[in-house]
Amino acid sequence: MVQLTLPKNSKISEGKTWNRPDHDGDWKEFRIYRWNPDDARNPRIDTYHIDQKQCGPMVLDALIKIKNEIDPTLTFRRSCREGICGSCSMNIDGTNTLACLKSIEEVKGAVKIYPLPHMQVVKDLVPDLTNFYAQHASIEPWLKTDTPTPPKEWRQSRDDREKLDGLYECILCACCSASCPSYWWNSDRYLGPAILLQAYRWVIDSRDEATGERLDNLEDPFRLYRCHTIMNCAKACPKGLSPAKAIAELKKLMVERRV
Amino acid sequence: MEATSGRGVRPERPLSPHLQIYSPLVNMVMSIMHRITGAALYVGSLLVAWWLIAAATGPDYYNYVSSWFATWAGKVVLLGYTWVLMHHMVGGIRHFIWDTGHGYDLRTIDILSWGTLAASFTLTAIIWAFVALGGA
Repeated sequence: MVQLTLPKNSKISEGKTWNRPDHDGDWKEFRIYRWNPDDARNPRIDTYHIDQKQCGPMVLDALIKIKNEIDPTLTFRRSCREGICGSCSMNIDGTNTLACLKSIEEVKGAVKIYPLPHMQVVKDLVPDLTNFYAQHASIEPWLKTDTPTPPKEWRQSRDDREKLDGLYECILCACCSASCPSYWWNSDRYLGPAILLQAYRWVIDSRDEATGERLDNLEDPFRLYRCHTIMNCAKACPKGLSPAKAIAELKKLMVERRV
Repeated sequence: MEATSGRGVRPERPLSPHLQIYSPLVNMVMSIMHRITGAALYVGSLLVAWWLIAAATGPDYYNYVSSWFATWAGKVVLLGYTWVLMHHMVGGIRHFIWDTGHGYDLRTIDILSWGTLAASFTLTAIIWAFVALGGA
């Protein structure tokens, strides 16, 4: 349900400053959300300073530098450092994105970093994505067919293959879902932009034969129709995809099959 | 649910901040404005109903209600109602465009969102200029 303020245990206070500029350089301030399950304290904002002349260009470079050189307890997910694994999704400078694709220079003033919004925090910048993954499983993201499996591959025309462009590139980083106010208030019942984009990806796959069944599962006041075209998802996607557009196409299919 | 450490039960996980930290993107602000103006229209409809009831009741009561709307405060309320109505109407058109599956690239999203605000102010100004010139 809609709750505009944070619960008592989630209120954020000022934390500590780990280091200060100690030589001439191109210094940037980083203000990072911290929460440690091993102490009983509320979340805090810790401050770090990084000399950009001695750091890579991306926010992830700075996070790794902080962890290596200043504060080894800083916890975050990362893997590929090139925008394909989707691990380092977080809220940077007010919007959700991948730390590896966000350049430090783009941010004016201090770089404020939070975990993905409205999620249970496991530690620091690591949110619990259990519900997100369970929702992905619920749309059965695999090819479903009734006809016998062909001896070779399932054939698909070029035109039909092109329908998957703008959808198959999704890396399930959850930036879009965690940017959506509707998902904030109803993530228990609303599937959210990322999962709906995935659902659409299977609905329009020419090889899939469960289209009707898939649409039946989405025909629900919450699962699909909590989307109110707020459009934060389209703005957040670090891959330049439009979950909003995919959801609009799903809604159109729902109408088309009824008339 | 949580594993316990040697020091006892782990604290409940906090909820990460959301509205508090998210940039107020114009598309998001226009979305909530559409909600707020929609709710405000209920109140506006009561004003219209009051005026219609007055018209049906008779000249005395109609003049009495009209005198309320003619006060300085009454005009401010009517001006506000005009803007709320226009904003919700233009927002409705914006959502209609999106429902047809068009206007989803990021530039168009911003143009439509800012356009809603600009159009609602412009239409309100035109209506009130019309009213002022008509001497109503």
